[in-house]
Amino acid sequence: MKTVTLTVNGKKTKHELDPKEPLLYVLREEFKLSGAKYGCGLHQCGACVVLVDNQAEPTCMNACESFEGKNIETIEHLSQNNKLHAVQKAFFEAQAAQCGYCLNGMLISAVALLRNNPQPNKSQIKDALQQVICRCGTHPRFIKAVENAISQK
Amino acid sequence: MKDTTTNNQNRRSFLKASGQLIIGFNLFPFLQFCANPENQTTLSAYPGIEERPHTEKAIIDSWIRLDAEGFVTVLTGKQELGQGIRTALMQIAAEELEVPFDICHIINGDTAQTANEGYTAGSNSVEGSGSAIRQAAAEAKYFLIQEAAKLWQVNIDQVEVNNGEIHGPENKKISYWKLLDGKFLEGKITGEAPIKNPSNHVIVGKSIPRADISKMIKGEPHFIHDLRLEGMLHARVVHPPSYNAKLEALDESEISQLPGVVRIIVDGSFVAIVAKREYQAIKAREKIIEIAKWESTNIKPAMGDLFSDMKNKASKPKEIEASPTINQTIKQAKNQLKSTYRKPYTMHGSTGPGCAVAQWDNQKLTVWSPTQGVYPLQNTLADLFSIEKESIRCIGMPGSGCYGHNSADDVSAEAAMIAKHLPNQPVRLQWMRDNEHRWEPYGSAMQLTLEAGMDQNGKITSWKTEIWSDTHSTRPNGNAGHYVSARHLAEPFEFKKGGFSGGSYRNASPLYDIADKALLLNDYEGPLRTSALRGLGAYGNIFALESFIDELASSASMDPFEFRIRNLKNNRAVEVLNTLKSKTDWDNLSDETKSKCGIAFAQYKNSAAYFAVMVTLENEGEKLKIKKMIGVIEAGQCINPDGLINQTEGGMIQSASWTILESVQYNEKEIISTDWNSYPIFRANDIPEIEVHIINRPEEKPLGAGEAAQGPVAAAIVNAVSNHLGKRIYELPLREYFS
Repeated sequence: MKTVTLTVNGKKTKHELDPKEPLLYVLREEFKLSGAKYGCGLHQCGACVVLVDNQAEPTCMNACESFEGKNIETIEHLSQNNKLHAVQKAFFEAQAAQCGYCLNGMLISAVALLRNNPQPNKSQIKDALQQVICRCGTHPRFIKAVENAISQK
Repeated sequence: MKDTTTNNQNRRSFLKASGQLIIGFNLFPFLQFCANPENQTTLSAYPGIEERPHTEKAIIDSWIRLDAEGFVTVLTGKQELGQGIRTALMQIAAEELEVPFDICHIINGDTAQTANEGYTAGSNSVEGSGSAIRQAAAEAKYFLIQEAAKLWQVNIDQVEVNNGEIHGPENKKISYWKLLDGKFLEGKITGEAPIKNPSNHVIVGKSIPRADISKMIKGEPHFIHDLRLEGMLHARVVHPPSYNAKLEALDESEISQLPGVVRIIVDGSFVAIVAKREYQAIKAREKIIEIAKWESTNIKPAMGDLFSDMKNKASKPKEIEASPTINQTIKQAKNQLKSTYRKPYTMHGSTGPGCAVAQWDNQKLTVWSPTQGVYPLQNTLADLFSIEKESIRCIGMPGSGCYGHNSADDVSAEAAMIAKHLPNQPVRLQWMRDNEHRWEPYGSAMQLTLEAGMDQNGKITSWKTEIWSDTHSTRPNGNAGHYVSARHLAEPFEFKKGGFSGGSYRNASPLYDIADKALLLNDYEGPLRTSALRGLGAYGNIFALESFIDELASSASMDPFEFRIRNLKNNRAVEVLNTLKSKTDWDNLSDETKSKCGIAFAQYKNSAAYFAVMVTLENEGEKLKIKKMIGVIEAGQCINPDGLINQTEGGMIQSASWTILESVQYNEKEIISTDWNSYPIFRANDIPEIEVHIINRPEEKPLGAGEAAQGPVAAAIVNAVSNHLGKRIYELPLREYFS
């Protein structure tokens, strides 16, 4: 057990836990956040990604202590004052979901892309979503939603 | 009609007497399911409704409840699987009741509340549950109009409904809720209530957005995976390394000392671990895998011998469609053709591994489950634990998309098996990725030999299909042996595969107008666990059938559209093909473009939605890529056009992924497709342009559409690749040709 200090959604908090516990489980159990999901535990599917210093990073393997000093943002933090983030809004308008299990990964990957490249082309959008597994085949809507989010900005 | 003031007491005592837990039900009852995620203040919050048991299907109250003032609660025995059924069913209810869509809420399968509608499968929900809800809503409105007429002492035709308010002469008006005054809609569904004319529909046929998406985009709790109960423990299972492996030795003392471990459960070869934190359960599972010793037997036959084994093991095939003349009519035809097609084992491959929560209290069991059928689950758990089914409550919750019988039932049973060791504590079990990839029941490998005769005008005169396939349904419907882990117990339940279902020959009989047809089936007991995967046998059968149609067209030197249309008598089928032809501008495409295109068509199950598709390829280096897919779907009356398009697009992409990339791999020891690297599926860079067009027939009954694309897309891709290469392809997947 060790004290691990994490900055999640703008708040810095201390936690007594196994420092090797991957961030995903800490977010779900300590922070009661359920947006980031377990999908594979292998960094292959993107279900668990969160924004780490504005990059979409998987959380299912890397120890929580390795995130100390970094700015962690989860999907729950994207909408502010009941106002949806442009990407959330675009996803809703495109009805870009079927079962929705991958939505966290798709949304977070899209937000990270737009923060780092506000005008991506289609191939850059696809590259950004490539890390996320969607079994329902909703990809065309995710791609369209990201394109719409760009044009609405 | 009964008065609630007297009955609430009874209902409360029922709940008490049944001893069932209320926790978890109406998990998020105060959340606003408003369609517009930003506009959540226009309505007061839906308070939820008090639980009441389902009594019988024939009363209105079983489907439609007006308990909450100003709100409609719809009940269905069907589950939301990501197909948008919640929205579609609420649209149907709102339309018939003539209330605004926004005031409707829905409760999905829950053995303590909803009707038993079996499994949510076979693209039956709108056809089945939808028509029950439509009739119940019409009866409710009819009853309320009659009540108002009585109250005002006027004729029923002087009364009309607008937005849940009944209007009569002299500006009289009263709301549904005021009129009911706390009573329930316990009248019988008589079938006498008039159903709205589709030409007056204002909600059905509209692309109403799915309310659940507004929750999911914000990461709000939605899935079974997100359910957190007070004092909940975390469990993991360690499945054997292969199907028949037996546990030889496991030093439990080494495990029970690990941090957070609450209990290790070893019952025969069923091994599970329970810990306080999820990560502690995962670590303990890793340790068990490291130290457990198993005795394994080899998996036979080897992968390379699978298709020859199918033929070697076959004896006399079943005659599904018998024709004593078939061999002769084929032989006598002007042209004859015979081909054999093969598809491998394929995976459901759910993005989120199976998860369930279970709790035992005083011999009563509650299971929160992503199952496709809460009642079949209840029945089978009763068999597993040898208790009355009334002691078990199964509450359906959204899981990760399942696309058929995946891990959902197994994980639910295992959660209950584990929780039995820890009474009064909720236990959450989630499968790990390798549990899911290795232990889900796959879509069966299939082999199909097709033979046909054709006259000089390109008219098919005779057609023979012979299928070799393992079963396409081993759903647990009362027999605990269908749960894999029940087979691993010290006192194991026997798995009786029991009657191979009709799934193997689903869609095998051509819809084309053919005078002489025969259909033969060889049931094969293959090496891998199999069950229902989206479309069942229809995927393999249509892949073969529509590939063969292209071969016949080519042998008759005919255009693939023209050949199909010439051999069809079904007008709706012809219109779907003609629409595809015009949407793709087929007549104006150059021969070079056409050489990169493939088309295919099917009516799912020969009774549900009609679907036709064209696939266009492009070159990427020396390999191929799908450039575009254009689909046309006709599902009778369309409830929600965007929902239909969404699901069809998804089916097309999933099928393209199966067809091009997927095949479950195993060696003599174990299944080696254990994750997304060893079993790759389509990702964003594989996704082509996609277009779906709907032919809406509001005057027809709605037809199941969720599985319509699976088979035709496979055949269209194969036809496109075959056209492009100038040689026919007979075996899936097509990985070697694609980038």
